[in-house]
Amino acid sequence: MRALEKDRSGIVLTSLSKSFGVVQAVRAIDVNIAAGEIVALLGPNGAGKTTTIDMVLGLTRPDKGTVTLFGQSPSDAVKAGLVGGMLQTGSPPQYLNVRELITMVASLYPHALDVDEVLRLTGTTEIAKRSTVKLSGGQTQRVRFAIALVADPDLLVLDEPTASIDVEGRRDFWNVMRSVAAEGKTVIFATHYLEEADSYADRIILMARGRIVADGPPTEIKAKVGGRVIRATLVDVPVAELSQLPGVSNAERRGEGVTLSCGDSEASDKVLRELLARYPGARDLEVRGVGLEEAFLELTADDQDQADALRAGTDFNRGQELQ
Amino acid sequence: MKNLTYLRFEILRTLRNRRFLIFSLIFPLVLFFAIASPNKNIIVLGIPFPLYYMTGMAAWGSMTAMLSSGARIAAERQIGWTRQMKITPLSTWSYFTAKVLSGYMMALFAIIGLGIAGSTLGVSLSAVQWLTMLVLLLIGLIPFAVIGILLGHLMKVDSLGPALGGVTSLFALLGGSFGPIFTSGVMLKIVKDIPSYWLVQASRSVLSPSGWPPAQAWIVIAIWSVVMARIAARVYQRDTQRVS
Repeated sequence: MRALEKDRSGIVLTSLSKSFGVVQAVRAIDVNIAAGEIVALLGPNGAGKTTTIDMVLGLTRPDKGTVTLFGQSPSDAVKAGLVGGMLQTGSPPQYLNVRELITMVASLYPHALDVDEVLRLTGTTEIAKRSTVKLSGGQTQRVRFAIALVADPDLLVLDEPTASIDVEGRRDFWNVMRSVAAEGKTVIFATHYLEEADSYADRIILMARGRIVADGPPTEIKAKVGGRVIRATLVDVPVAELSQLPGVSNAERRGEGVTLSCGDSEASDKVLRELLARYPGARDLEVRGVGLEEAFLELTADDQDQADALRAGTDFNRGQELQ
Repeated sequence: MKNLTYLRFEILRTLRNRRFLIFSLIFPLVLFFAIASPNKNIIVLGIPFPLYYMTGMAAWGSMTAMLSSGARIAAERQIGWTRQMKITPLSTWSYFTAKVLSGYMMALFAIIGLGIAGSTLGVSLSAVQWLTMLVLLLIGLIPFAVIGILLGHLMKVDSLGPALGGVTSLFALLGGSFGPIFTSGVMLKIVKDIPSYWLVQASRSVLSPSGWPPAQAWIVIAIWSVVMARIAARVYQRDTQRVS
C-alpha cells in the first residue's frame, strides 16, 4: 500500500544482536519479511521475541546489526505513522473513556482510520463510553488492539496479543486481525501459543535462546521438526529394555501402554518392525507425527541448548550462523 | 504544541483527576480563608496580610499543580503507556509539553481562584498589578514544571504521593507560603536561593515602585530551571535505555 509504493523491501533485520548484561537476548539474527506477510515469532519466555520486537519498533537500540522498515530506520517509520504496535505491557491511561482514548491516539497519526470504524472492527463499540480503568482483561486487550490499528499502519506489530484473553476471545481477535491483514498489511506477532502461529501466520519463525531455530511456512516447520511417536499396549516389558531398541530416543510407560519416541519416520519404521519381532504380544499400535507443541518443547528445552542449536543448524535452519 | 486534540484530552484527564483539584485548588483556598479572614487587617513586613497570604497560597497551589502534572509521567511509565506513546509519531518533546501545559492550566485555575478569594478579603490591586503578579507567578513556576518531569522519571507510583507532598510542602514552607519563616540572617540568605521564595515574593514585587522583582529573583529562577532540566534530561536518557 503506501509503503509498497515507496519501497518494496519490507522488514529487514541484519545480524541483529542485543545483550542485557551477561544475557544474550538476541544473537545475530537475520530476517527478511516481505511486505504483506503475516509472520509469527514463536518461542518460550526468554527466547528473545520481545527484545526483537522492541528493536523492530525502535524502543531498544541494538548492540549490533540493523533494522529497516520499508527501507527506513524504525524511528523514521514510526514518525511517518507507518507502524502500529501492541506491546506486551501498555495499559490504557485513566481518566478517559474508550472512544476518547482512541480519538486521542488517532490524532497523533497523519492518516488515521475513522474512530467509529476502528471501534466497530475491534468490537469495542459497546464499551466506547466506558472508562479505561473499568475494562475486563479481554476488553482491555481489544482496546489495545484498537490503539495499534487506528494508525492504519503498514506494519502491525503485536507482542503476545492474546496473552490475557479466553479461547473464544482469542478466535475473535485473530479473525479481526486476519481481515485487517487481508488489506495488505505486514503483520509480525509474537506468541507462545502454537495453534495461533499455526492457524494465523503465513510463516513461523521459531526462536529459542535468542536464535532462530526454524523459519518457514507452518506445514514446513511441522514436517521438518516431525519426529514420530509410537504407542502400543505391551505388558511385562520393562521400560529400560524398550529404550534400548535401536532408533528409540525415549520410552515411557503408563499402565499397560508404552510410548516410544523416535527421531524421524525412518527410525520409527525400524522400531516398529523390531518391536513386533521381539514382542509379539504388542497390540493397539499407533504411529503419529509429533505435534508442533512437542517439537517446540524439545527444540527449546533449556538444558539442551547446544545440542538444539546444532540440530537446528543441520536440520532446518536457513543459513543461520552458529556459534 | 501542534496537536491540539492531544492537548485537549491531556487537559481533560487532568481536570477529571479529583485529587489534583483538591490539592492544588481546594486546600489552598480553604487554608487562605481560614488564616487570612481573622488576620485581614494585619500588615506583614510591609504587605497587607491577605495579599501576602493570597500569594503564598497561590504559589503553593500552582506549585502543586505543576509538580503533580509532570509527576503523572511516573504512573504512565509504570503501566507502559510512555512506551506505547514512543511508537506513535508524538515526539517526546510534545509529550512533555502537553504535561507542562496541562499543569499550567491547573496552576492558572489555582491563581485565579485565589485572586478572587483575595478580593473578597479586601485585596485590591490595579489591573496592571494583577497582570504583573500573574506573569511573575507563571514565570516562577518554570523550575517546578521541570522538577515535576524529573520526579516523574525518578519516582515509583507507590512513593509518588508522599514524595510530592514532601517536596511541595518543603518548597512552600521554606518559600514562606504559610508565612515568612526567616526574616533575617543567614537562613534568609539561603531561602532566597530557593525558587518558591520568589513565587511568594511576587506580592512584594507588585507593591514595589518598579513592580518587578530584583535581579536575584530572575537569576535564581533561571539557574534552577537550567540545572533541573539538565538533571531531568540525564534521568530521562537513563530511563530510556531499557534494562530488562
